[in-house]
Amino acid sequence: MSRVALGIVAVAAMLLAAPVARAQSAAQTAKDAASQAPAAVRPPPGGTISAADSVLEARTSALASTLRCPVCQGLSIQDSPSELAQQMRSVVRDHLAAGKTDREVRAYFISKYGEWILLSPQPYGFNLLVYALPVFLLVGGLGFVVMKVRSWTAVSANGVAAEGAAAAIAGQASEPEQGTASPVD
Amino acid sequence: MNWRRASIAVLGAVPVIALFAWGLTRDPNEIVSPLPGRQAPTFALGVFASGEGTLARPVGDTIALDRMRGQVVVLNFWASWCLACLDEHAELSAAALRYAERPVQFVGVLYNDVAAAGTNWIARQGGQAYPSVLDPGARTAIDYGLYGVPETFVIDGAGRVVYKHIGPVSAALLRMKIDSLLAASAVAPAAPALDGPR
Repeated sequence: MSRVALGIVAVAAMLLAAPVARAQSAAQTAKDAASQAPAAVRPPPGGTISAADSVLEARTSALASTLRCPVCQGLSIQDSPSELAQQMRSVVRDHLAAGKTDREVRAYFISKYGEWILLSPQPYGFNLLVYALPVFLLVGGLGFVVMKVRSWTAVSANGVAAEGAAAAIAGQASEPEQGTASPVD
Repeated sequence: MNWRRASIAVLGAVPVIALFAWGLTRDPNEIVSPLPGRQAPTFALGVFASGEGTLARPVGDTIALDRMRGQVVVLNFWASWCLACLDEHAELSAAALRYAERPVQFVGVLYNDVAAAGTNWIARQGGQAYPSVLDPGARTAIDYGLYGVPETFVIDGAGRVVYKHIGPVSAALLRMKIDSLLAASAVAPAAPALDGPR
């Protein structure tokens, strides 16, 4: 029985971990791109402009995807075709080209629009609730289900299957000790 | 037993209901600006509509916030395509004229619009008392955390944003804000002098 419970928990953990891992790897890619980017993007003498440009463009779109478009509903400035979003994107590009870090550019927009401008809240303080609560509820829910399943199966294993099962179906045998002794009602 | 269940259910439900009730008191579309109380973002923008009388500035002139220290600045973002801007236009011009002799400067900033459309709009409204400037690429608008027009900022003599107004502004409201700032600077005449060494 405990193996079944462990299995359920393991599957849930995997389901939960997959998007987190993906987000982390995406963040890592963005970070790598950021660290490789030159301090200031200038056309290298005799070299190609496109390499530096594409790095800058990649950083711009990665960063713009995390910023909320003020005149849209739930769109990032990367995804919005609105004029203001395009202008904000070019502000992002210019700041990055001037050698600012992603954090500095994000701080600039937060200082103008508040944390509202971030599509996902920063993970500290009260905001942590947003990240912690789903995990807490999922684990708690799974624990509840496992507990219930165990108590139901324990009743039938005790050799009073008929009474226990009947009571369980009626939804009244939440407490197996009482259920086995004398069914409620 | 049932009492225990009921109390557990109530204990579980109360925080959720309280959270939803609190959510009902909040406007999800409201973006609380972090700017009031902070130093106003600087700008130096070119005049495209001169304004009238003593308030006029020649077209092409640069209006810079840094050069307006010691003055109350009313910065109004507007556009010719903005309907709500029609409502506040007369109020703004009237307020600008009212404070023409005082250290108060009204500046209009054209947001995501072209100069010709702006001047046509002003002509259709029968003029604008104070000058308006162009904001290429909406850089100044973004600096001020703008997300729509009209939005109006009141900046004190020390260059701090004192107040941000979203939507059409009324002359009465402007008068209240400006008068309190002028009164504060009259009570403490040392305030502009403090700006000197900075």
